[in-house]
Amino acid sequence: MVKEITVISGKGGTGKTSLAASLVSLAENTAVADCDVDAADLHLVLNPRVEQVNDFSGGKSSAIIPDKCTGCGKCHELCRFGAVVKNTDQKTVFTIDPIACEGCGVCSYFCPEKAIEFKQAVNGQWFISSTRYGPMVHAKLGIAQENSGKLVSLVRSQVKIIAEEKGLPYIIVDGPPGIGCPVIASVTGTDCVLIVTEPTLSGQHDLERVVELINFFKIPAYLCINKFDINPEMSDIIEKKAMAAGVKVVGRVHYDRNVTGAQVKKLPVVEMPNTPAAADVRTMWSNLLQEITAATKVS
Amino acid sequence: MSPKLTIAVASGKGGTGKTTVSASLSCAAADAGYKVAYLDCDVEEPNGHLFLKPEIDCRHLVGIPVPVVDQKKCVACGACGQICQYSAIVCINKNILTFDKMCHGCGGCALVCPAGAITEKSRSIGSIEGGSAGRISFYHGNLFVGEAFSPPLIRAVRSTGCNGLNIVDAPPGTSCPVISAIKGADYVLLVTEPTPFGINDLDIAAGMVKELGIPHAVVVNRHDPDNTLARDFCRDRGIKILAEIPDDRRIAEAYSRGALPYSAVPGYRELFKELLISAVKEAKW
Ligand code: SF4
Ligand code: SF4
Ligand code: SF4
Ligand code: SF4
Repeated sequence: MVKEITVISGKGGTGKTSLAASLVSLAENTAVADCDVDAADLHLVLNPRVEQVNDFSGGKSSAIIPDKCTGCGKCHELCRFGAVVKNTDQKTVFTIDPIACEGCGVCSYFCPEKAIEFKQAVNGQWFISSTRYGPMVHAKLGIAQENSGKLVSLVRSQVKIIAEEKGLPYIIVDGPPGIGCPVIASVTGTDCVLIVTEPTLSGQHDLERVVELINFFKIPAYLCINKFDINPEMSDIIEKKAMAAGVKVVGRVHYDRNVTGAQVKKLPVVEMPNTPAAADVRTMWSNLLQEITAATKVS
Repeated sequence: MSPKLTIAVASGKGGTGKTTVSASLSCAAADAGYKVAYLDCDVEEPNGHLFLKPEIDCRHLVGIPVPVVDQKKCVACGACGQICQYSAIVCINKNILTFDKMCHGCGGCALVCPAGAITEKSRSIGSIEGGSAGRISFYHGNLFVGEAFSPPLIRAVRSTGCNGLNIVDAPPGTSCPVISAIKGADYVLLVTEPTPFGINDLDIAAGMVKELGIPHAVVVNRHDPDNTLARDFCRDRGIKILAEIPDDRRIAEAYSRGALPYSAVPGYRELFKELLISAVKEAKW
């Protein structure tokens, strides 16, 4: 059975994507998904060759047909998201701001003149690609679009189909930062979560929230402390707190400028020979695999 | 001159130093004698309080209206389930089920119900706390863990602030939460770091603010004089760089213990003072 490993971080900028790319390289034969659809970066390191492009529609949106509109104002009165804007120029009294529209359809339903079109919107694209490590599913959310949670779910379901078809052992998922809708969509039903944190006060604070979320959904979770040597005392505190919350630390990675160097060379950092970070990430990967195998045996 | 100016600090990528910049700017503004409020709209992971250490003196809950169905009045017509775009209310075997967590609070179901069976109640999704950090008015939102939709809470944080300079710490990314945070701002500062990931995400974020039509500029964090990625990008796009914060280990160490370069690292007070002056000037306040 394919195992889905989802890398998340709570706080942004902890090195989540660099680490995910290294795991992909170490797993050798794996499927990959980039679920950080808001700010997708994994493709910059894995250089996928896009094989299939598909439109994504996360929902509907409304637009007023000027010729039919009598300017009665019903839509403006009913829209709770401030998306129906009153114009100062005389031509059309009301227009719908597509960025503010939540796609609830209320205006269209109640317009007495049937002057509001309510149809599927294209909010982005998703891709099936190949990389030198295996198949990859990724996406691009259109600028200022919503419904990233739906797009995340779509990417995950597609990568799962491909991984199962090809009999691959792992799916490595680069998840989004935060604890909101795209994160919830990334972690529900995954086999395990690898949380990447850094030893800062903010890192610790955000970790507490993301661990609370993971425990809320009862997902097995492991922790990697990145750049642990920036503040070793803080790393110890974080490790203790994580253990107490039932999250095992599987790795500590040194602060290493080669991580940025690897990014510039478009390589996962584990492929940079003789670097401290590469050695640490290798150790972490083997620890993680041991934990996952042990957990599978128990269950 | 309008008495109010709102500057939002945003970035496509997380962890670029948004909170460092917005909190430092707030301190610089207070020291320069401005009436200033700091609004932490990164409600999924609010961090500003770790640096500004405010005294909180008020707290209130923020909710969205969700439907309550009176089964006795319901005639099981199914109209509520048909209008709902989010599968938050469904009619199965003459029973109405509601799923509060999926509800966006649009009010459609209550409006269509022919039997008047639907009323609304508020369901809390997070809280807002307010207080002061020295001369800075402080507000932040806190999304409850397990909640998916942050925009209503972000909009509520945005509605606080002061009748002076408001500095908004926006969430990372480019989708609905960020847009709720920066919409209506007078000026946006995009914080980036000069790495391939940083520039890729800056590109998306710059596209977003352009789409929203808000004047903006870039602040480069962890700047290294040998690396011209950010400068090249901004030159090509015609975006101004208002400040370059050096890649200085002392800043990282101060940050790790919850201290700002503005007050904790010698030499940075001037940098943020100048950034404040140029941002206010660029925003034509
Ligand atoms: S409800 Fe229909 S007719 Fe009335 S202003 Fe809106 S679009 Fe025009
Ligand atoms: S669809 Fe809903 S959110 Fe969009 S404009 Fe109409 S009422 Fe407003
Ligand atoms: S208020 Fe809107 S989103 Fe909520 S249940 Fe009713 S129709 Fe659905
Ligand atoms: S619209 Fe009103 S009457 Fe019809 S099924 Fe829903 S709650 Fe019942």
